[in-house]
Amino acid sequence: MKIAKQHIAVEGEMTISRALELKEALLPACIDGADLEIDLSGVTEIDASGLQLMMALKLESIVRNMQLSFTGHSAAVQEALELSDLAGFFGDPMLITTH
Amino acid sequence: MNLDEALHTFVVEARELLQNMEESLLDIERGMADDDAINAIFRAAHTIKGSAGLFGLDFVVEFTHIAENVLDMVRSGELKMDGAMTALMLQVCDHLNLLVECVAREALPEAADASSGKALTDCLMQYLGSYKAAAMPVESEARVESLGGGVESGCWHISLRFGKDVLRYGMDPLSFIRYLGKMGRIVSIHILTDGVPRLSEIDPESCYLGFEISFESDADKAAIEGVFEFVREDCRIGILPPHSKIGEYLALIRELPEDEMRLGDILVECGTLTAGELEEALKIQNAGEPRPIGEVLVEQSMVQAPVVEAALEKQKQVRESRNSENSLIRVDSAKLDQLINLVGELIIVGSSASLIAQKAAMGELLEVTSTMSRMVEEVRDTALSLRMVQIGATFNRFQRVVRDVSRELGKDIRLVISGAETELDKTVVEKIGDPLTHLVRNSMDHGIESAPVREARGKPAQGTLKLNAYHDSGSIVIEVSDDGGGLNREKILKKAVEKGLVQPDAELSDKEIYQLIFEAGFSTADAVSNLSGRGVGMDVVRRNIQDLRGTIELESREGMGTTTKIRLPLTLSIIDGFLVGVGTSSYVIPLDMVVECIELDAAERESGDNGYINLRGEVLPFVRLRELFEVEGMASIRQNVVVVQYAGQRAGFVVDTLEGELQTVIKPLGRVFGGVRGIGGFTILGSGEVALILDVQRLVQQATDRELGNNALPEIASERKR
Repeated sequence: MKIAKQHIAVEGEMTISRALELKEALLPACIDGADLEIDLSGVTEIDASGLQLMMALKLESIVRNMQLSFTGHSAAVQEALELSDLAGFFGDPMLITTH
Repeated sequence: MNLDEALHTFVVEARELLQNMEESLLDIERGMADDDAINAIFRAAHTIKGSAGLFGLDFVVEFTHIAENVLDMVRSGELKMDGAMTALMLQVCDHLNLLVECVAREALPEAADASSGKALTDCLMQYLGSYKAAAMPVESEARVESLGGGVESGCWHISLRFGKDVLRYGMDPLSFIRYLGKMGRIVSIHILTDGVPRLSEIDPESCYLGFEISFESDADKAAIEGVFEFVREDCRIGILPPHSKIGEYLALIRELPEDEMRLGDILVECGTLTAGELEEALKIQNAGEPRPIGEVLVEQSMVQAPVVEAALEKQKQVRESRNSENSLIRVDSAKLDQLINLVGELIIVGSSASLIAQKAAMGELLEVTSTMSRMVEEVRDTALSLRMVQIGATFNRFQRVVRDVSRELGKDIRLVISGAETELDKTVVEKIGDPLTHLVRNSMDHGIESAPVREARGKPAQGTLKLNAYHDSGSIVIEVSDDGGGLNREKILKKAVEKGLVQPDAELSDKEIYQLIFEAGFSTADAVSNLSGRGVGMDVVRRNIQDLRGTIELESREGMGTTTKIRLPLTLSIIDGFLVGVGTSSYVIPLDMVVECIELDAAERESGDNGYINLRGEVLPFVRLRELFEVEGMASIRQNVVVVQYAGQRAGFVVDTLEGELQTVIKPLGRVFGGVRGIGGFTILGSGEVALILDVQRLVQQATDRELGNNALPEIASERKR
């Protein structure tokens, strides 16, 4: 059975204040074999908890054999990924912007 | 704790730290310099920088960083804390205050402030520059020496394992990394993802992250450790200096929770170790028997002296702050106000209950209500004492004012503070600052003479300004005194006549003449200076004090000095009152001011129209409340006089009945009654009736001023016409 591709756009902060809320929002999309695209273009701010959530989702997707891609990394997300040198971990293509 | 709250805490703490910093600097300037003071200054700057870094307040970090470097050199004895340095640091302190206020307003510094900051930075850089140039060669020499036996990499290696609750405490590990990036270059970073569970198992508010960082910087170990000061307790932090011995890396690997092989790989990946070095390390580890890390550290003299020192200091600091945390809590003053309001209501309800108990004449009920009112009284006193703060902090602020103003004026003036532990209501303390500043400046400008004049008059060249506070019959008295030239009676009088404030033929006592200074538009200074002498101010000071239900008066001896006495009520909301009755109306007199009650005997009642009675040979002016408030009905046959005292002056109030003591919640009169003289507020009695609270200060003044007849001060004369 082919499951249709899902898009989830995260808007606003990906910080500790919304960590629980974001987890609850992302979890239902994790179905075995699903094809999931997370649009990060609307993320205004991200902290370590946000990064952690991205990592946890990635790990979940591996366990569940899902197709997961993060797209449209906003400037805030790019900065955080660069800072923590995590771009390789996710392996998603990122648009490199000049600062 | 959300970020706003944390930021607010930062602002509050920064203000306190800057206050301490200023006090220490002033101590040093007065020659009470010791290492503690210098350390305190350094710590203040250091802590502000550290917390500002956490919030990403770059403009604060940058400026403080430079100041901290200079202070560090002072601390290590490379620079001297001389007059120029103290003055510079005071400016730094001011600028920091400004920056912190910017943070509080959530604004960036304005252009003017930024340029003054730049000027200060340049000054500081000069100190740094001259030192750097001299010290550079020595430093590189030392470095060469430490190379032996170390690994190839010239980078620091930092291992971080954040505690689970770091995020919950409102701290973001990423901001530490960002801040670290400001101290040098992050060569490579490896984030440990092993600890992170999958989405379905994660607790999104816990922190699972760890970092291995290779870091290039000129900073010393203490400075790097300082970055993580705020999470030190919750985190596992390992910092290895560049070119550390392989054994040290081994110790680090052993200490960390992750698999040893994996960590080794990470170290290689970070470029901290080469593959060859790792292999060697593992060989050593397998060969040697396990030894405690401390032993290894000591043996390899890895622990640098400053680090140990910093650790000890840190421990001490933590202990100190723990102690004060235990004994102090911060409470929103609005909550205290609400509590006091509620206690006020409780008092009214309580007295209503005892009234009913009296009417019902039930013994048991009476007993209970009397116990209750005693308890309520205690609750009231405790609640009020919560608002009490010592005046010392306010006084200490004047050290700086006195220093600055005396420089400005070119006078040598010393500030002596006494009675700093005297307590008064916080709202009063807040409002007393401005008038006090004005008085202090005035005393310094007009009161204390220049050094040559002082010497000519046979006084020590250094002038003395005193701030004193003490409690006196239900009020607090704050004194500002100087040992200057005193007030010139004739000059004031002449000026007052010129301005039409008094009649030329008026007979005024010294006190009354001095009081003229507080009239609007009055100034006797020959020259208008930057500070005072414009004739605005003293009248404003008096108005400010009167708004607090206080009074102000001057004592002066020509050539000896002047003392300004401010008398303020201890609290603004609840008083012990004395209830009196006139006809059907009730009035409350603040109990602290009541001296005694006597009966108005028949003879005096007859001759009483002149407004004086003979009180054991003393002349006592009195006021008939019945006439004053135009109460209807005939005076009762027995009349009483309540003798009150305010600021050393006595007067009597003639009333019909004496009802006794009563706790009173002062309710302010509405705007409509703002012009009513002689009444300070009102209160609600247990019976639900309204009683007016007498403004004793004004009534006493009015009664005693009658002695002056037509020579009365114009203000009071006009009042009487109203």
